[in-house]
Amino acid sequence: MSMESALEPSTAAGTHGGPEAVIALTGVRRDYGERPVVSDVSIELAAGQTLAVLGPNGAGKTTVLRILATLLRPSAGGVTVLGARLPSEAWKARGRIGYLGHQPLLYRELTVRENLGFNARLHGIERPEARIEELLGRAGLARRGGELVRNLSAGMLQRAAICRALLHEPELLLLDEPRSHLDPAAGVIVDELLGPERGRSRVIVTHAVEAGLVEADQVLLLRADGIVAHAGPVAALSPGDARAVYGGAVR
Amino acid sequence: MNAFRAILAKDLRTELRTLESVPAMALFAATTFVLFRFGLDRTTLEGSLAAGVLLATVLFAAILAINRVFVAEREQGGFDVIRLAPVDGTSLFAAKVCVLAIYLLALELIAVPVFAILFGVGAAGLAPLAAVLVLADLGLATVGALVSSIAVNSRARDLIGPLLLLPLLVPVMIAAAGAAEPLLAAGGPAYGEFGQWMAILALYDLVFVAVGYAVYDFLLED
Repeated sequence: MSMESALEPSTAAGTHGGPEAVIALTGVRRDYGERPVVSDVSIELAAGQTLAVLGPNGAGKTTVLRILATLLRPSAGGVTVLGARLPSEAWKARGRIGYLGHQPLLYRELTVRENLGFNARLHGIERPEARIEELLGRAGLARRGGELVRNLSAGMLQRAAICRALLHEPELLLLDEPRSHLDPAAGVIVDELLGPERGRSRVIVTHAVEAGLVEADQVLLLRADGIVAHAGPVAALSPGDARAVYGGAVR
Repeated sequence: MNAFRAILAKDLRTELRTLESVPAMALFAATTFVLFRFGLDRTTLEGSLAAGVLLATVLFAAILAINRVFVAEREQGGFDVIRLAPVDGTSLFAAKVCVLAIYLLALELIAVPVFAILFGVGAAGLAPLAAVLVLADLGLATVGALVSSIAVNSRARDLIGPLLLLPLLVPVMIAAAGAAEPLLAAGGPAYGEFGQWMAILALYDLVFVAVGYAVYDFLLED
């Protein structure tokens, strides 16, 4: 085997974890200035599985999600996403990830349809109109698609952001509090949109601990200081781990 | 190319809808010309003074747009949108250079006639002056897009932008003023060193376009 082939991404993914791992983190640390926000994070996620990232405010959940989205570089450790080693091969993963962060990533002075059309062109989607209308219909935004984003309520904005994240039919969904700002009825719509359909893998950051654990196959539980309390299958999570992080706030 | 066109169309549509940049630049330029007219107490300008007044005004008006050109990307997550898509970061750079160049051309369509009327500049020199302004605009837009994308991540971007930008633009001002000076001479346009200065301007543009393409992907990353 040549040196080049030894460094192929598929092989590289295998060194972090199993060859089918959609995500493999090995000893990942991210610093802001001198302060480590998360330390020594190691976990794998197989195709079609869901990973719940849990922890109190400031534990580094969003930082982990942004590293996986190729938006932040890890300060140390190995990250493989969809077979691409990050950050050097980020270009291989981009376009295959659907990211829903704290910001909707929509331009306020464009309408919802214009924003989705803009994203469709960036992702090279030919004739995206049907896909845009389908998503707007499923999200209950068909009548609001012509409105400027700056005029939308927080809940409508969240639905539009979900449409943006799903537009290019990503293989991996990275979701940061996907149900924030949503009323119960909208929550049902969003659950249907963001479900684990067609073998799609998901990483969900949530404060709804019990609901998150019900949905997940794997769990990454972070303490307030960014240290990993548990990383692995949900079934292996002990009540003691959760109590160590949340105290008596969760059952 | 698809991404370049999408970003360009998005920015122009936003400007047409909000009118945030070009009207402010035009108003600034017109007001500055009026101030020069009364400050210098001159009803006519020619030669190097005319070239200096016109180009310095365009430069300072350009800073208004350069400071704003990446604000939406920063505040509304546009940088993340680009980085999440399978596109080259240089598409963003090229689109922003074009946006700034279009703003500057729109500004000059208003500002140059106002300048000519206020300072009695003859029409004969205005056609070749347009060529000087096009090359100067490309330099302003290229360096402006590079500097703005660095400065936009700082809280003091309104200060840092011009502080980085103005020294880098000194060669543009020297070359553009050198080319414009004989065109605005009292006896009508002359073309003595016009070609040399235009070549310097074109070379400057070429160098910074190449620098932008070489480094822009790195500037976009975390």
